[in-house]
Amino acid sequence: MTDTEDIDLQALDDSELVAQMHDDLYDGLKEEIEEGVNILLARGWEPYRVLTEALVEGMRIVGIDFRDGILFVPEVLLSAGAMKGGMTILRPLLAETGAPSVGKMVIGTVKGDIHDIGKNLVSMMMEGAGFEVIDIGINNPVEDYLAALEEHQPDILGMSALLTTTMPYMKVVVETLKEKGMRDDYFVLVGGAPLSEEFGEAVGADAYCRDAAVTVDVAKEMMARKHNQRGQLSS
Amino acid sequence: MTRTILSSEHKEVAIGFDEPFCIIGERINPTGRKKLAAEMKAGDYSTVSAEALAQIHAGAHMLDINAGIPLADEPRILAECVELVQSLVDVPLSIDSSIIEALEAGLAVYRGKALVNSVTGEDESLERVLPLVKKYDAAVVAISNDETGISEDPDVRFAVAKKIVERAEDHGIPRADVIVDPLVMPIGAMNDAGRQVFSLLRRLKGELKVNSTCGASNISFGLPHRHVLNGHFLAMASLAGMTSAIMNPLHKEELDGVRAANMLNGTDPDCAAWLAANRPVEPAEGGRARRTNRRRRTSA
Repeated sequence: MTDTEDIDLQALDDSELVAQMHDDLYDGLKEEIEEGVNILLARGWEPYRVLTEALVEGMRIVGIDFRDGILFVPEVLLSAGAMKGGMTILRPLLAETGAPSVGKMVIGTVKGDIHDIGKNLVSMMMEGAGFEVIDIGINNPVEDYLAALEEHQPDILGMSALLTTTMPYMKVVVETLKEKGMRDDYFVLVGGAPLSEEFGEAVGADAYCRDAAVTVDVAKEMMARKHNQRGQLSS
Repeated sequence: MTRTILSSEHKEVAIGFDEPFCIIGERINPTGRKKLAAEMKAGDYSTVSAEALAQIHAGAHMLDINAGIPLADEPRILAECVELVQSLVDVPLSIDSSIIEALEAGLAVYRGKALVNSVTGEDESLERVLPLVKKYDAAVVAISNDETGISEDPDVRFAVAKKIVERAEDHGIPRADVIVDPLVMPIGAMNDAGRQVFSLLRRLKGELKVNSTCGASNISFGLPHRHVLNGHFLAMASLAGMTSAIMNPLHKEELDGVRAANMLNGTDPDCAAWLAANRPVEPAEGGRARRTNRRRRTSA
């Protein structure tokens, strides 16, 4: 393990503390992030401000260095774990204060497909970016997706498949959503090793996501679009 | 000891615990390779041909052929690739698809004894793939997962492997023709991935007495310096009982892992393969080069 210098987070002023939290997210230090979140809350910060300025901004930096090949998967998973620690504290408070949500996603591998490493990476990275992720696991028939959408009312539905035999099932799910008039209630993202952009279009998804980092970027972009639309409607 | 014999039209390859590690070239596979996928879909097999020749030149003993392209006629493409590759190189092939019709199309045109990649422990897979393996007198890669997923418990994965071996025997397929894939996970996402595989491999060799293979490059997903890591993984896996791998044969790092393992496990007589690959090209300072004008053997 690398040596970590002892820093008294309490002794830092707000901007120093936020900068330190960006570093601590980068280094995947979960306890330090949890402590930082609690300090900012105790100083009267709105939970939403803690989320955006300290956590989401920190993970944005992590995402850039992952994309550029400076950070690697195990490091990013540590960062995501630290972020998740902070989110566990913030989530109930965010709900209470009615703060805008970063976004909510239901994710699972499709019927017949039990390969979940990719899906798990996406879940962790999405949580790391501040999304609430409901992971419905492997081998999901369309009924499972429908039940999860009904129960959790997410913004995004994510489907994953590793096999050329199972990936066509994504179309079954999308078609069922269409039949039920629910298709436009969700962004549908699909991913998995054998997929392609062309395939994503063919099954009627909103986007094909090549890897976990891309998924986060696409999901953020879609949420921004959604918030803008809302803004336009209300203005 | 268990030996799996595979063949092309004129050539046999043996996989076994007393044989050199069998290198199955992984490069003919459009997964994640957009350009290759588009080419293959359009019937342009120039990259397939080039990859076949390059891998054999690099030292692959067998080649894996995968045509898993979304929205394409996979059975036809796979069969055409099998025929083409068999016309170019004389090594046994592994016919790789999760679509039963594609496996059958590949097997139907194959000359020799092929390796079918793959069957899982899922009942539907067992009941569809095993009769095909028997019909074409092929061998089969058995992937140690079932309907419940890929267990993180090596004991569960062992039980699945055992079930597949037994089911294959029910279909008249001898256990020497079942090669178990213990499922290699990315070490970067799962710290226990190496240990799980090594412990499973020891049991596959010691208790089930079956050959094994794996997608070796998975281990290094998301990490830097992948070829070196793959090479070390291959050597460690070989010691634990792995007898073949579907791997990238184009890099010295991976090949040296395999060569070192063969030499240290005693399947590289007189260290010949190691020497041939690693002899210094330039003599040390003040030294002489190896004599090159020998009458019987002119090359180094």
